[in-house]
Amino acid sequence: MVTAPEDELACRELVEIVSDYLEGALPEADRERFEAHLEVCEGCRRYLDQMRTTIRVVGTLTEDDLDPGARDQLLQLFREWNRA
Amino acid sequence: MLTGDQASPANAPGDAGTDDDEQLLLALRRRDEQAFTTLVDRYHARLVRLASLFVANQAIAEEVAQETWIGVLQGIDRFEGRSAFRTWLFRILTNQAKRRGQREARSIPFAAFSQADVDDGEPTVAPERFLPAGDEWAGHWVSYPQNWRELPEEEVLSHETHALVQQAIDALPLNQRMVITLRDVEGFPSAEVCNALAISETYQRVLLHRARSKVRGQLEQYLEAM
Repeated sequence: MVTAPEDELACRELVEIVSDYLEGALPEADRERFEAHLEVCEGCRRYLDQMRTTIRVVGTLTEDDLDPGARDQLLQLFREWNRA
Repeated sequence: MLTGDQASPANAPGDAGTDDDEQLLLALRRRDEQAFTTLVDRYHARLVRLASLFVANQAIAEEVAQETWIGVLQGIDRFEGRSAFRTWLFRILTNQAKRRGQREARSIPFAAFSQADVDDGEPTVAPERFLPAGDEWAGHWVSYPQNWRELPEEEVLSHETHALVQQAIDALPLNQRMVITLRDVEGFPSAEVCNALAISETYQRVLLHRARSKVRGQLEQYLEAM
C-alpha cells in the first residue's frame, strides 16, 4: 500500500508557497521539493494551473472607456502647451 | 512588459499595441496632436485607475491623471527614452499622487502597512479542502481542484468572469489591491512596484500571494457553479 513519504510537501503547504514558486523566489531545495510534489500530485498540478489562469484572467481585465469630457480637457491642455 | 527585464514567468498582461509608444513620443516632441490623443486614448483610463489606488476619491484621481499628462508634456523634451514610456509615465503618476496625497493630508500611508493586510484571517485555501491531522494522507487534498484546462477558453475569459474578477479585486484590502493591480493587471515588474510603494520584495510577495489566492478562490466558486 502506498503511503506519503516523510519529507514530501503536503498539498496544504504547497498552496502557501505557490506564489513564491511562481515569482521564482523559492530557495533551490524548496523548489525541488515543490516540483517533486507536482510530479506525483494531480491536485496540486491543477491548483498551480488555476493560479496561472487566475493571473492570466486578471491580466486581461478590460479598461474603462475614456470619458469624452476628460479627452477634450486634455486636448485643451495640449493646445495650451503647444502655444506656450 | 514594462521594462524588458521582467523576471516573472507568470504573466503576460494585455498590453499589446504599445510597441509604437516610441514613435508616438517622437511625434509628440514635434508637437503632433494626433500622437498626444493616441497616447491619451491608450493610457488615460488606466492612469485614473492607478491614481485611484493612491488618493482619496475618483475626482482627485482624475486630477492626478491630468497632472500626469502635464508632467509628460513638460518633461517630453528631457525624456531620454532610457526607460520605457510606461515606466516613465507611471513614475510621474506615482509622484503626482504622493504629492497630492501629502497636500490633501489624507493619502494612503505607504509606510503604515499593517499586519491586518497580511493576516486578514482568510485562509489561502479552506482548511476543510485538506485531509485532517491523523489521516494517513493528512494535509493532502480531500478532492482535487477542478481542472480548468477542460473548460472552454471563452468561459474562462468571458465578460462575466472579468466582472467577477474585478469585483474580487475591488473587495481586497487596499494594499493587496494595489499590489495585484500593479503587478497582474498592469504588468509592472516586481522591482518597479516595490519601489513605487516603498515596500520590500518579500512583503510584496506576501500581499500578492494573499490577493491572487483570494481571486482564485472567487473564480473557483464561480467556475464550479457553471
